[in-house]
Amino acid sequence: MILPALFFYLFAAVCVASAVMVIVSRNPVHSVLFLILAFVNAAGLFILMGAEFLGMMLIVVYVGAVAVLFLFVIMMLDVDFVELREGFIQYLPIGIVIGGIFLFELLLVVGAWVINPQVTKTITAAIPTNVTNTEALGLVLYTKYIHYFQLAGMVLLVAMIGAIVLTLRHKANVKRQNINVQNARTPEMAMAMRKVASGQGLQDADAAEWVK
Amino acid sequence: MAEFFASSFWTGFLWPLIIMVAESLLLLVVLLIAIAYILLADRKIWAAVQIRRGPNVVGPFGLLQSFADLLKFVLKEPVIPSGSNKGVFLLAPLVSCILALAAWAVIPFDLGWVISDINVGILYIFAISSLSIYGIIMAGWSSNSKYPFLAALRSAAQMVSYEVSIGFVIITVLLCVGSLNLSAVVEAQNTRGLAHLIGLPQLTILNWYVWPLFPMFVVFYVSALAETNRPPFDLVEAESELVAGFMTEYGSTPYLLFMLGEYVAITTMCALASILFLGGWLPPVNLPPFTWIPGIVWFALKVFFMFFMFAMAKAIVPRYRYDQLMRLGWKVFLPLSLAMVVIVAGVLQFAGIAPK
Repeated sequence: MILPALFFYLFAAVCVASAVMVIVSRNPVHSVLFLILAFVNAAGLFILMGAEFLGMMLIVVYVGAVAVLFLFVIMMLDVDFVELREGFIQYLPIGIVIGGIFLFELLLVVGAWVINPQVTKTITAAIPTNVTNTEALGLVLYTKYIHYFQLAGMVLLVAMIGAIVLTLRHKANVKRQNINVQNARTPEMAMAMRKVASGQGLQDADAAEWVK
Repeated sequence: MAEFFASSFWTGFLWPLIIMVAESLLLLVVLLIAIAYILLADRKIWAAVQIRRGPNVVGPFGLLQSFADLLKFVLKEPVIPSGSNKGVFLLAPLVSCILALAAWAVIPFDLGWVISDINVGILYIFAISSLSIYGIIMAGWSSNSKYPFLAALRSAAQMVSYEVSIGFVIITVLLCVGSLNLSAVVEAQNTRGLAHLIGLPQLTILNWYVWPLFPMFVVFYVSALAETNRPPFDLVEAESELVAGFMTEYGSTPYLLFMLGEYVAITTMCALASILFLGGWLPPVNLPPFTWIPGIVWFALKVFFMFFMFAMAKAIVPRYRYDQLMRLGWKVFLPLSLAMVVIVAGVLQFAGIAPK
């Protein structure tokens, strides 16, 4: 039993430390890298708890895709640190309010468990032992919660279409490539052989149809 | 001393730990030597296509070339640009190399020959390969130089795009298998499939998923080329456009680590292709002359066959343009693989051959 405990403290300590570094570090890119470290350690904690599917999904989705795009944007921003710090006092009250709400909610989570130890049993079910973790998740997700699952998918679809509608612009005078047309092009379509009379050069009449 | 060896600390903790470390070290040594020769094979194949000899000076037929290169890189002075972000700059090659090596922890070489036989092995490999992008992004950003930065941006978009189609390809195979365990994927190709359906269970080669899922095999092969930044998709290090891409500012051992990580990642993709589509350690025919050969030999042969295809693609295909790359990923592979997921699931369900 000593090994899981050791790994728990390792993952938990690194997770908390890197979460602190996300706020403290001066360079935003370092902040994102620490955020990724925190994600990976949280995935390690999931795996320790026996939720290996959730742990791997956390890495694939959040670290492998979301955080990459996040880092992508942060890297390209030209951040002026002096300017960034100017508004610190101005935004301090709202920051304190939001932080206070988060702290209160975290205390409530722990507090509810202390006040009524039975409360955890009302919303959780024991992990079934005869099927794997992934299977157990699928058995409830695609049967009992199928409508919520579909709804979540619809929300994501709407968000995706919204992003496409906002950014896609068809300008009239932009030349676009049509790969199929390009591939179907033959020398006969692209070239025209003309006999040029000596000493006269090409005349307008010699030009191919598509140039005129 | 005798009671120490009988104690639970020894039997339950220390001895398994020693075994685990020894297994990992053995795997690493074998893998790295194999990589050295795969690198040489890559150069030799490339040379043969161009009617050159390739490396042939160090050792007989140039067999020691990779080790000479290793010594050369290690003995050089690592230069760290003064404008770079030093911590991240040195972390980047380590990240890309260690992550590439870590993926091999779940690859089964033979029945039971696997360091960690975890339930979600294939997800683990997928997660690790999606992390490997960070080595490139960190290198590109921390170099504080234009070319590496552009290369990092290109690679971020390229790898995220092709991960999507790789994910769908893996899902089609998993639909046929019914398990996320890599050993189970290979076993499924031994115990059911086309050969069993036509009544020739000894002909295991027909069971391999490469036949029923051939379009997905092609998509996986091309996506793996793009995912590992191999030619024709090596836009990340396109030397005619970006000098050496994200590796421009690197030299000596950090550069060596990048190269090593790249080739290990390529070999991982080859191993994954041979497990998912070519039946892993299974012989092509389940009859004596073939079954006498140990499974690891079949596995190595299949991995090398996949690598040969990678090397040939490098030698004969010209580099893609960036917009063509993005078009292929999003407009061709994504709809195709998404459609195949639906078709495979439908066929399995309505033909009644879905795994229970």
